[in-house]
Amino acid sequence: MTPHMLTRSLDRSATIFLAIVAACGILIPLSNLLLPANSFLQVPTYLVALWGKYVCYAILALSIDLIWGYCGILSLGHGAFFALGGYAMGMYLMRQIGTRGVYGNPILPDFMVFLNWQKLPWYWYGFDMFWFAALMVLVVPGLLAFCFGWLAFRSRVTGVYLSIITQAMTYALLLAFFRNDFGFGGNNGLTDFKDILGFNVQAEGTRAALFALSCLALIVGFLICRAIVSSKLGKVLIAVRDAESRTRFLGYRVESYKLFVFTVSACMAGVAGALYVPQVGIINPSEFAPGNSIEAVIWVAVGGRGTLVGAALGAVVVNYAKTFFTSGVLAPYWLFMLGALFILVTLLLPKGIVGTFNAWWDQSKEKRTAAAIASAAAEDGVTEPKMAEERS
Amino acid sequence: MPAHLSARLCSLALSLFLIAFALPAFAGPFEDAVAKFANDDFSDTEEAIGVVAGSGNKLAFPIISALQDSRLMADPDSKKVYVTGADGKSIDAATGEAVASVPDSASAVRLNNRLRRSVDAALGSLTLQSPDLSTRLQAAQSVFKSHEETALEAVDAALAKETNRSVKTALGEARAAILLFKSDATEVEKLEAVATLKARGDQEALALLTGMGDQPTSVTKAAASAIGSIQNSLAIWSMVQNAWYGLSLGSVLLLAAIGLAITFGVMGVINMAHGEMVMLGAYTTFVVQEVIRTRYPGLFDYSLLIAVPLAFLVAGAIGVLIERSIIRFLYGRPLETLLATWGLSLVLQQAVRTMFGPTNREVGNPSWMSGAFELGQITITYNRLWILLFTLAVFAILLAMLRYTALGLEMRAVTQNRRMAASMGIATSRVDALTFGLGSGIAGIAGVALSQIDNVSPNLGQSYIIDSFMVVVFGGVGNLWGTLVGAFTLGIANKFLEPVAGAVLGKIAILVLIILFIQKRPRGLFALKGRAVEA
Repeated sequence: MTPHMLTRSLDRSATIFLAIVAACGILIPLSNLLLPANSFLQVPTYLVALWGKYVCYAILALSIDLIWGYCGILSLGHGAFFALGGYAMGMYLMRQIGTRGVYGNPILPDFMVFLNWQKLPWYWYGFDMFWFAALMVLVVPGLLAFCFGWLAFRSRVTGVYLSIITQAMTYALLLAFFRNDFGFGGNNGLTDFKDILGFNVQAEGTRAALFALSCLALIVGFLICRAIVSSKLGKVLIAVRDAESRTRFLGYRVESYKLFVFTVSACMAGVAGALYVPQVGIINPSEFAPGNSIEAVIWVAVGGRGTLVGAALGAVVVNYAKTFFTSGVLAPYWLFMLGALFILVTLLLPKGIVGTFNAWWDQSKEKRTAAAIASAAAEDGVTEPKMAEERS
Repeated sequence: MPAHLSARLCSLALSLFLIAFALPAFAGPFEDAVAKFANDDFSDTEEAIGVVAGSGNKLAFPIISALQDSRLMADPDSKKVYVTGADGKSIDAATGEAVASVPDSASAVRLNNRLRRSVDAALGSLTLQSPDLSTRLQAAQSVFKSHEETALEAVDAALAKETNRSVKTALGEARAAILLFKSDATEVEKLEAVATLKARGDQEALALLTGMGDQPTSVTKAAASAIGSIQNSLAIWSMVQNAWYGLSLGSVLLLAAIGLAITFGVMGVINMAHGEMVMLGAYTTFVVQEVIRTRYPGLFDYSLLIAVPLAFLVAGAIGVLIERSIIRFLYGRPLETLLATWGLSLVLQQAVRTMFGPTNREVGNPSWMSGAFELGQITITYNRLWILLFTLAVFAILLAMLRYTALGLEMRAVTQNRRMAASMGIATSRVDALTFGLGSGIAGIAGVALSQIDNVSPNLGQSYIIDSFMVVVFGGVGNLWGTLVGAFTLGIANKFLEPVAGAVLGKIAILVLIILFIQKRPRGLFALKGRAVEA
């Protein structure tokens, strides 16, 4: 990425966003580790882990916004890519437990010993190495998205049909991962992690580092998305979103563009999942539940579809609200609120928070310039303000 | 005087004679045998079982069945044996007279496994000639299962008297089973036995034939061919069984998906809250049954008939409400509609959870929906059969409605070309509202049927929604026949995959197959053709 491209792709809201994320990524871990526990400004460790979770959700939301907001692909199965990335990381963490498991088997994870398995299944090979697991975090979701997208986009499955088959995909994976003999721990999933790259997962330092890493991943992911959508390729994606057939008739290979962006998005979701698992300490098949994927879509809708910043903001806002309401006396009403959020946002706030704000900002800016022109014109004695007002 | 004396002698002789003849009646072989139960000795007990069972005494059956259930009490001191009933009343086993109480020293007569077998056999032969038809049939079947040689005589005797054809067949099969394992049966008898078992042709006959041990070569040969033919017929029956299960599952899928097909077909709206309409129908059934239970218990058998129109009205009214208040603002934005209706489904689920609690509510089966009957070698439960018939009826009514009513005509017009229909004076927004109400109402009806075979909980709808989508997408939009074919294809394919791959893997395979199928035919099996679908 050249500096030129970087500056071009950043507008004001993006700069503010990046500054906030970077500041959080640096200040929160520092305050957690360096300040004394009783200090007013000290961020407790549980909050670091909680906000780390939100940041991972923000990356997932970003990946959904990239395909939905800019290419019109509504995936109701993005949670599957998130979970697959998580499982890849979880497998690495399982292999790191070694002899510290309940059964003390140096190679086999506990659940395999429990199932009386004699040797490691082939697909678990290599996950004792971090670089391999990290590669798989990208490759597994990416490959699945590539194959799925290749089939779907080539045969022009679009709109709600695509949404439904993505949902079927994550549902099929949910059923598969629930099976014990599938080799991923059945409905208990993977848990009881001990350490990552030699550091204790539970330790404050590791948690702070993971938080900082998640923020870094969010920044990098945001820059990648920004670079994609502000390039020429991004313009084609938007054209596909708004008029797919017309773009095709203009000579663009629509399916290739869609496939590219879908795969990139799946890889991002995988990274989000991989960062999520060590901070939460467990990955189980319920992450594949279709409801989770749909919920992730609503984060994007709340924040503002097609704004990137809004997606991240929406993820944090909705999840903060979820934590806030489900832990208090209002817990039984949370589903009412979430449901109402879905309905109200689609009905009343179709552009989301950021989109509505941007529209308002643009409008008021235009009014101000129009007013400026009008006053200038009035001074000059020319009557032109009517036209300017009509334009706005 | 001599005459006087002789008269006296005569009376003495008579009384002696009477005593001599009366005594055996008091302590005959039956009573002796009964007394042996009190010896607490397995071989004595076995002997007693044989004698009692063969005695023809009317007490034989209660005694042996009491023995089987450890209700036969024996007092080792007085050698008296009592039959205690389940109701706490007891009788003396030897005389049949009621006794006030069984002495404390009495304990239940013990059995071991060998004795249990002879008890079963004895009970079998005792009931073979019972006046009750179903008891006789059951007895013949239990003899078939135990195939104890001792029962052969009883079977032959029963066979000679039997007039009912099905009992006669069962007795013949029992006889064949005994003969097959009887070491001194002739070869001809054994060949006949093999032929009888072959005609029976089920899993049990197969087990007998494969486990019969050393036999003359001709019998072994006949048995081998019988085994082959039984296995063939079993394979066919298991296909029939799978097909039936498939039809049954297909009818459930069709019922759940048909309303979705209408709303999706006409309005292009994916209604994620469709499953919740099904749930509301099921809860309507629950409420109807509750009211009937508390107020009019006699009407319980009609509860479903009352619930069907009510569920249609409740779900349909809520459907119209949803369309008017939410969905009509979202036309042309199918993906947003999807999200809004998903939110709605969360609200509805939580509302029902708040009102009725999160646990399963009990919905009873009316008497005409419980039970099962046998057809060949498969069992068909009435509730599944009724649901299949009900689904087909709903389908036929819906089809007729679309074909012959004004609303149906308008709905078809809007499905094919909304703008053209509007230009011709059809109030499309009214059609939309009614269509959505109709689709939701049918989902409500589906809920009534599904309440009979599934748990009525707030999550009821969730378990059907993805399957319903699959059916609609697979079958194609705008064509009810597509939904019908889609539902039954998926149902049958699922049930045929299940024995091969297991239930979960079978389901995964179906999902993957649908995903691949959509690549081939992105608009389903029966796609609408023309420009309208691209809009």
